[in-house]
Amino acid sequence: MNIQFRENQEAASPLTVKTAIADCDIHPARATRTELYPYLAKRWQHHLEVYGVHAYQGMMEGPPYPKAQPNASRRDAYPPEGGPQGSSLSFMQKQLLDPNNVQLGVLNPLNTGQGIRNHELAAALCSAINDWQIDKWTSKDKRLKASIVVGNEDGLSAAAEIRERAGDKNFVQVLLLSRNVEPLGQRRYWPIYQAAEEAGLPVGVHAFGFGGNPITPSGWPSYYIEEMVGHSQCQQSALASLVLEGVFERFPKLKMVMIEAGFGWAPSLAWRLDKVWQRLRSEVPHVKRPPSEYIREQVWWTTQPMEDPESREDLFDVINWIGWDRLLFATDYPHWDYDEPSRVLPAGVSEANREAFYLGNARALYGIG
Amino acid sequence: MARHVIAPVDELPPGTRKFLEIDGRPIAVFNIKGEYFGLMNRCPHQGASLCEGPLIGLAQSNNPGEIEYTKLGEIIRCPWHGWEFDIRTGQSYCDPRRFRVKAYPAHVEPGASVVKGPYVAETIAVSVESDYVVVEL
Repeated sequence: MNIQFRENQEAASPLTVKTAIADCDIHPARATRTELYPYLAKRWQHHLEVYGVHAYQGMMEGPPYPKAQPNASRRDAYPPEGGPQGSSLSFMQKQLLDPNNVQLGVLNPLNTGQGIRNHELAAALCSAINDWQIDKWTSKDKRLKASIVVGNEDGLSAAAEIRERAGDKNFVQVLLLSRNVEPLGQRRYWPIYQAAEEAGLPVGVHAFGFGGNPITPSGWPSYYIEEMVGHSQCQQSALASLVLEGVFERFPKLKMVMIEAGFGWAPSLAWRLDKVWQRLRSEVPHVKRPPSEYIREQVWWTTQPMEDPESREDLFDVINWIGWDRLLFATDYPHWDYDEPSRVLPAGVSEANREAFYLGNARALYGIG
Repeated sequence: MARHVIAPVDELPPGTRKFLEIDGRPIAVFNIKGEYFGLMNRCPHQGASLCEGPLIGLAQSNNPGEIEYTKLGEIIRCPWHGWEFDIRTGQSYCDPRRFRVKAYPAHVEPGASVVKGPYVAETIAVSVESDYVVVEL
């Protein structure tokens, strides 16, 4: 027989990477609308049924822009047993973890209780998501580690959630989103940084969220493609705020991870901050060192979406500025802008840097053997 | 260039596609309104199973506000990053200079012709009376 029919499409993995990797941005999803109910008090189940969830953003029942693919996900990532992409552990193992030899996978759940107006409901939903992450994911596959989801707009309840989870080995970071009600350096968010620093947990800032503000600094754009590039603009203002409000100065052991907004813009942002800081430092005397120093010391970056300039030398220039010890490989599975591990890093990288890029940096940051 | 029998015509009606592996290469064959096309089932960008994406048309514009939607059902959109390729030629529309997916000629041959040649697939020798979809690579 000269042909072989591929019966089992779900097992398809076009390429495999033999070297072990960390995947620092995986999005687990709920298979059903009520999957969190076992972790929610009856009072909140009732609330959800009667009133639903309201974000800071008005007039929306879903994402503000249509996504490129259903659920913003890979079309080949529907679990065979049904449910949305990212909702099946066994399929995630088959499609992502096993073929790519993922040794550490960091879960960043989206569409949680973050950024919703009712702060008590937000806290309850976030806590439920955290319980659910243990039950459904991290306790079932030791490669997976969870991010503590917190109701970010209420710093005190967020800090309480962090303290409750501190020391639990299922969790390796605190998760915030980049679009918030105010820029992330502002004082309402400081209890989160304080609790994270005390717990020794990095704070991840993932692109997205509903803060009620226009999603670009100049207003609401027309197209999804503008929202995509708007993520990096949003992370830049978040990072500038963290530096200029003195968060890094106030919490010197705090580690921030900028997730899913690229990193090619980091050097130019730091250069610009340094330049204006030299002239305007008297306005922010609590910022005692050039902004670039805080950024290089206290910020890590996930790779997806990996920068893809025409010349690999351009890419290497950026990474050399950031530091090969600061990048954390991520796929963004199951989302449609997934980065394939074997394809993202051009040739010409030393073995030590490759290892750090794919695994070592993540292990060190998240304290995983 | 060797010819490979893919399936009896009845098994690949219009609007369907078939995934197979030929000589270790992942191939997809499409029947678009009675025409057959073969493509390497691997996106040249990051290696996704390209042909598991949707078949769409081609949106083009000469001026803002003027949109033409052509080649309906002839453009395959990668299930990962949405890169678009013409299934007739394998041409990429986002970076045609650097990326192209290998296209393989596919067509129908009468059963009588394929069973005579050296390309007989044992599995289909039982139904020589029908026509077969054949891909060349």
